[in-house]
Amino acid sequence: MTPPSGITLATLSKDLRLEWRSKDAINSMLFFALLVVVVFSFSFDPNAEESRHIAGGLIWVAFLFAAVVALNQTWAREVRNQVLDAYRVSPAPANSLFLAKALGNFIFVTILEAAMTPLFIVFYQLRSLGPAWQLLLVAAFGTWALVVNGTFFAAMSLRTRSREIMLPLLLFPISIPAILAMVQATTSILLGEGARFWIVLLFTYDLVFTSACLLLFETVLEAE
Amino acid sequence: MTSTGYLYAAYAVTWIIHGVYLITVVRRYARVRSQIAEIKGK
Amino acid sequence: MKRIFPILSVITAALLGYALYAALVIAPTEQTMGDVQRIFYYHVPSAWTAFLLFLNNFVASVVYLIRKNPVADIVALVCAEVGVAFCTVVLITGPLWARPVWGIWWTWDIRLTSTLVLWLIYVAYLMLRRFSSSGQTPVLAAALAVFGALDVPLVYFSIWFFRTQHPQPVIGGGGSLAPAMWHVLLLNWLAFSMFAFLVCWSRFRLEKLSREVDETQAMNALLDEPVSNRSAR
Repeated sequence: MTPPSGITLATLSKDLRLEWRSKDAINSMLFFALLVVVVFSFSFDPNAEESRHIAGGLIWVAFLFAAVVALNQTWAREVRNQVLDAYRVSPAPANSLFLAKALGNFIFVTILEAAMTPLFIVFYQLRSLGPAWQLLLVAAFGTWALVVNGTFFAAMSLRTRSREIMLPLLLFPISIPAILAMVQATTSILLGEGARFWIVLLFTYDLVFTSACLLLFETVLEAE
Repeated sequence: MTSTGYLYAAYAVTWIIHGVYLITVVRRYARVRSQIAEIKGK
Repeated sequence: MKRIFPILSVITAALLGYALYAALVIAPTEQTMGDVQRIFYYHVPSAWTAFLLFLNNFVASVVYLIRKNPVADIVALVCAEVGVAFCTVVLITGPLWARPVWGIWWTWDIRLTSTLVLWLIYVAYLMLRRFSSSGQTPVLAAALAVFGALDVPLVYFSIWFFRTQHPQPVIGGGGSLAPAMWHVLLLNWLAFSMFAFLVCWSRFRLEKLSREVDETQAMNALLDEPVSNRSAR
């Protein structure tokens, strides 16, 4: 029998291949991401100095919206083809499926962020006073924080009524410490101040909730 | 609003919130009782 | 069992009335804040009660996840609902106290923010319970309660550090309390705790009854013959 990691990789590559072939979701998401940046830029039009103070918040709110739209797509394909029921009866461990979905979402959202960031830099004349590589660290930990819980809650929302609104309803309150950390870390780095506490907090958040998701996903999947 | 106004507003709001919740409980009780009566009637 | 409830209700009502009198009349007037400070006697007991109820919900949720006991699920639901009611009181009386005394409606200080996040998590919990189909609701809700419980210390830490970096005005006053004030505070807490207990008990009985009725109706529809008549034979 294939090891769990093998199942994870197989599922992940299946998702990526499917997405690559149709490019449906990624194209619409990229355009959505562009629109979000433009709308935000119209609404908040700071000069270069001010922008460093508020860019952290703006960027992460934009990423958050993009992530929610992406996450809602996550299980849509599975539901359409009743794949979830097939997973439930297969001997494959539920965690492998979860990790595959979470990693797929992570890649997806990271692509969106990579597309949005240059636009933000351009519109807000952003220049980081602190080490830029730390921003990558914040982006990685922060995105994982949103995606790991988002994937879990998306699975939970699946069989609820109003499933698209259920996801952000569940995700936002739980993500508050992570969002605060992401925004504060980004702002601190842009301003050239230290962000170590926030990065450590983000990492802790990721550890805690990744464990919680892995522990509880099987229970949630089986719930009926 | 004078500062004692805030005091009375706070106390009033407390009891309004609890009152609203209690009313919903009582109304649901009434509905369940009528459902029981319906079942017993059959 | 059934006779205790009316007796306790009367006692609780009397206690609440006396506690209100104590808060408005017996308690000494605070030096700097004046009469508005008396909101404290409703605000703080409501907070303590709300936190206890949410803690209860967490314990009941864990019990449910381990043992799948339906009573645990009902306890969790009841504590969440009543907890949200009390937490709403906290979030409204807080600003009503802060505005006349400190001049601001709100501040992102550690207690207020943690309370707000707790409220948000549990409102989301209640919405999840309302929107999910009844088979899975207990498990999903219990999982969310666990996530919420894990979140709270993280919220606390993040706000704590945020405040050391960006100091905000402190609401709620520090410092010690005069003994007379302590007595009134504890009296109100006792009264509200008994009130919360009675409300939870009523809601528990309602939920149990409601679920039994639903099951009976489902059985009736299934068998196409009244269950109650069958058992009478």
